[in-house]
Amino acid sequence: MIQLQHVYQSYGNAETSVPILTDFCLTVKPGERCVLIGPSGCGKSTLLLVIAGLLRADQGLIRIDRQEISGPRRHTSLILQDYGLFPWKRVVENIALGLCLQGVRKREAACRVQPVIKRLGLSGLEQRYPGQLSGGQRQRVAVGRALATEPDLLLMDEPFSSLDALTRESLQNLTLEIAGRDQLTIVLVTHNIEEAAFLGHRILVLDGPPLTLIGTVENQLSTTGYRGQAAFYETCTRIRSLLQHCSQRFED
Amino acid sequence: MKPGSSQTQGGVGLLIAAAVLLGLWQLAAVVVNNQMLPPPLAALTSFIQLAQGPLAIHLWSSFYRAGYSILLSLVLAVPLGLFLGRNPRVDHWVAPMIFLTYPIPKIVFLPLVLLFLGIGDASKIFLITLIVFYQILVTTRDAAKGVPEADILSLRSLGGGPWAVYRHVIVPACLPDILTALRISSGTAVAVLFLVESFATVEGLGYFIMDAWTRASAAEMFAGIIAMGVLGFVLILGVDLMERYLCRWRQT
Ligand SMILES: Nc1ncnc2c1ncn2[C@@H]1O[C@H](COP(=O)(O)OP(=O)(O)O)[C@@H](O)[C@H]1O
Ligand SMILES: [Mg+2]
Repeated sequence: MIQLQHVYQSYGNAETSVPILTDFCLTVKPGERCVLIGPSGCGKSTLLLVIAGLLRADQGLIRIDRQEISGPRRHTSLILQDYGLFPWKRVVENIALGLCLQGVRKREAACRVQPVIKRLGLSGLEQRYPGQLSGGQRQRVAVGRALATEPDLLLMDEPFSSLDALTRESLQNLTLEIAGRDQLTIVLVTHNIEEAAFLGHRILVLDGPPLTLIGTVENQLSTTGYRGQAAFYETCTRIRSLLQHCSQRFED
Repeated sequence: MKPGSSQTQGGVGLLIAAAVLLGLWQLAAVVVNNQMLPPPLAALTSFIQLAQGPLAIHLWSSFYRAGYSILLSLVLAVPLGLFLGRNPRVDHWVAPMIFLTYPIPKIVFLPLVLLFLGIGDASKIFLITLIVFYQILVTTRDAAKGVPEADILSLRSLGGGPWAVYRHVIVPACLPDILTALRISSGTAVAVLFLVESFATVEGLGYFIMDAWTRASAAEMFAGIIAMGVLGFVLILGVDLMERYLCRWRQT
């Protein structure tokens, strides 16, 4: 359970301060997949970093499982769009990095991530460097690294936006499969209406800065994880019409 | 140049280049027809003869001075450069000092350095270190500045503290630039070496060449010049080997 109560956050010093979050509140239930969509620069990434404990809020309460957040949390994993992987580390080293940073020895960590590597279809690629992988494989490694530390909360910032359409869909399917099996709570930022409709139990349409909620689209539990059906297009249409309320800066 | 491809790799290219240079040298010797410019065969013969005697000792002194200076510069400049690049508040005050003193040709301090540090190895090593230090410092600082913030967030989200950020992100990200600086510095070190060794010393290739020159012994002088070339080549080869080992991920 994620709880944000009256959170304030701004960049810069006292004079140049730009408020991004002002009195922002949000609750995400355990096992919920919450999707954030909204124009570039409205503050979605900032919100995600605050939830990840990587950015200190100026004011307000941020709790995950009733624990107040004051820094990165062991069972929260973050996946970023382009930069997540370290090109100087082999696939297995990238995936095992979280464990290594927790003090697990390199060799043991490499063993412990084997199931994750198998599950993501990366067997045989362990000794490659990210530069020797396709975009889809790379993002699989990023997912693998996020899963290796056995998280209960996955924060994803436009994770698939640089992938081609089919690779993107296969990673979306993978995300659903993982979320279902591991009972993960997911907060995902996207620019893509179809992705939001496909993955989200609840889609928050946002504008800003400061980040403000324009509207919410509830996606029934039983009807997520489908594509190309009437109800799917209906959800897309509802998201689209809410987005049209946002400022015209929205680009995709 | 492709990233990661080394300048000394490819034995065939190297042999052809050597043959072309020797050919040009032979041609120049014939055209000039002055006993101060001996043909390559005579110079090489003299080099091989002298290398078994006094020249080896001079070559070793020069190698020792250059190698020591380069190592010392690395040890001093890399940590400082990384620190300045990642700490804008300190950099704000230190950078102007660096950029005001950077363009001063340090070699003009030779008389002062000789006065304070004497005519032994210390003065030579000090001056070469001073010059090479700046080259490595400036490059390292700029490289550290350019490390994407997202890479650092990624590592922190996995639970890495400040040291882990240096070890897993900043150092590996800056290594290619540091090694490029080191390659350039090797050339600089040899050039400065020649200058500092041509005064107030009776050891080193600089002395050997100047001494042969005053005695109008062309064969000996060229043996010294070849030794200088060998010294530079060995240093750059060393950097290349380091690059091949440390930056394997770029050779893809
Ligand atoms: N490190 C930073 N320093 C100053 N301003 C920033 C920083 N990061 C983001 N911003 C500004 O904050 C606003 C929100 O950014 P962000 O959260 O990245 O938006 P989004 O992810 O929705 O595109 C933008 O206007 C951006 O320019
Ligand atoms: Mg963003």
